Amino acid sequence: MRYDSTSGHAIEATGLVKRFGKTTALDGVDLVARQGRVLGVLGPNGAGKTTAVRILATLLRPDGGQATVCGYDVLRDAHQVRQLIGLTGQYASVDEGLSGTNNLIMIGRLLGMPRADARARAAELLARFDLTDAAARAAKTYSGGMRRRLDLAASLVGRPRVLYLDEPTTGLDPRSRTDVWGMVRGLVADGVTVLLTTQYLDEADQLAHDIVVIDHGKVVATGTPDELKAKTGGQVLQVSPADPARMAEVTALMAGLIKVEVATDAETGVATAPVNDAAIMPHIFRELDDRGIELAEFTLRKASLDEVFFALTGHRTEDERNDRELEGSRR
Amino acid sequence: MTAIPLLARRQTPLGGMRNTFTLTWRSVLKIRTNMEDVIGLSLQPIMFLVLFTYVFGGAIAHGSTHAYLQYELPGLLVMTVAFATLGTGLMLNQDITSGVFDRFRSLPIARWAPLAGAVMGDMVRYLISVVITIGFGMVLGFRVTTNPVSAVAGCLLLLAFALALCWISALIGMLVKTPQGVQAFGFIAFFPLVFGSNLLAPTATMPGWLQAFVKVNPMTLLTNAERGLFTGGSVASPAVQSLLWALGIFIVFAPLAARVYRRRT
Repeated sequence: MRYDSTSGHAIEATGLVKRFGKTTALDGVDLVARQGRVLGVLGPNGAGKTTAVRILATLLRPDGGQATVCGYDVLRDAHQVRQLIGLTGQYASVDEGLSGTNNLIMIGRLLGMPRADARARAAELLARFDLTDAAARAAKTYSGGMRRRLDLAASLVGRPRVLYLDEPTTGLDPRSRTDVWGMVRGLVADGVTVLLTTQYLDEADQLAHDIVVIDHGKVVATGTPDELKAKTGGQVLQVSPADPARMAEVTALMAGLIKVEVATDAETGVATAPVNDAAIMPHIFRELDDRGIELAEFTLRKASLDEVFFALTGHRTEDERNDRELEGSRR
Repeated sequence: MTAIPLLARRQTPLGGMRNTFTLTWRSVLKIRTNMEDVIGLSLQPIMFLVLFTYVFGGAIAHGSTHAYLQYELPGLLVMTVAFATLGTGLMLNQDITSGVFDRFRSLPIARWAPLAGAVMGDMVRYLISVVITIGFGMVLGFRVTTNPVSAVAGCLLLLAFALALCWISALIGMLVKTPQGVQAFGFIAFFPLVFGSNLLAPTATMPGWLQAFVKVNPMTLLTNAERGLFTGGSVASPAVQSLLWALGIFIVFAPLAARVYRRRT
């Protein structure tokens, strides 16, 4: 009997390094997933998220560092790790030539289930993922959302303790995204530990108990969503003049008082700036009033994860599309 | 969280065999659902038979298309099976690029099972093309002039050779990035082997330099053995030589393919 009851960590990785030729995909990544919780791995394309998942799923050997799943080493005890995990890739990896039912029966049989059990489990999962009507059709006729659901079902056939979801909602329409979120919540309620990679900040915000932010193969921040928001400025002041012509004036005034760069959105006519000290608020308000600037909006709100990410990495999450090719070419 | 029960350290050989059977079943199911593949598998030998018999028949066998059919059919069997093995590389390539093999490798199954399952499943495809070639050949007038046992032995020898040859294709399938690339490289590797042999025309009609290649080409040896088994002639020597070639190809290419498979996936 081997389990990690002391730390309560389903996944522990320390100092993971992976190089592809001259490029360093992972440069010493540490991460921990608590049992029965969702760990969100957040980062732009090419940050190293997929590489990290592939190492933790025993598909790739790290060049340095080590990782365990429920106490089992991903290199030394790979076969045991494979008995504990489920994997849903960024590109849905179902067999296009097989029907939904046969895809799931195949996995069940590979996991050693008797034929009848594999068939029953397939029917159960197809019903749960709303695929019963399409069960007999070849997966190549499925829509993107259906394929993703089948992929998710396939990763659950063996009732994994730890589930890796590598960008499970990339390319999905909003409704399918919400469906996937609901399924993830259901799995967590059943005690499954989930490692979720995403480039959508709202997704991490919605689902993750803990977040690791990765950029250029390095961890740039860890914590709960709230901790991360508090860590980087915490709050954001949002000001919108009633007369758009006075935008420049407002921006200059805010920049002068807060001493940070003020972001302006010409389309919405809103100026935003991170605020560390709320005591400055009345000050700004009085200055604006003194100059006779009428306001349409003056609000202090919690920073969104998007702003947190920007503060941490200096760029937005949608950057660096071409870095995908690095990971893609290694598949 | 409940304790995790003691987990197996590795897959047992018997478990690995069971994994292979499941993955063979998968490949066979795919033949049934992929109509394009079935049509290709059946139409290609029929097309070869009609074209070669009636285009070359008159010129090569002194005007007798029937005599040429008797001569070429064993050769066409070799050709059909050789080209059918290209499909193995193509499918492996698709499985790798589509991410299906990633899923297999994340499962607690024998590491070699996906590769073995793909190859075993393809044996069914090879058998289909052999049966169609002989069947349609008979419609055109081909007759087995030895005996049924020899004919069955001929089919088994073809399958044994295909089982070796498909590892070359598997290797190409895993080395090349795209399915189109697999097709291109596969044809470059297989065309000289298939056509640089006596499977369509007698060796004696070729120039000396070509004869030198044709005589050592395993396709020639296999064709000779097939001719012996289906229409009479010496069998033992070419059959043993073809089997030795098959063994050699297997010994070289199966481990190479397995190695690339471990590295690439």
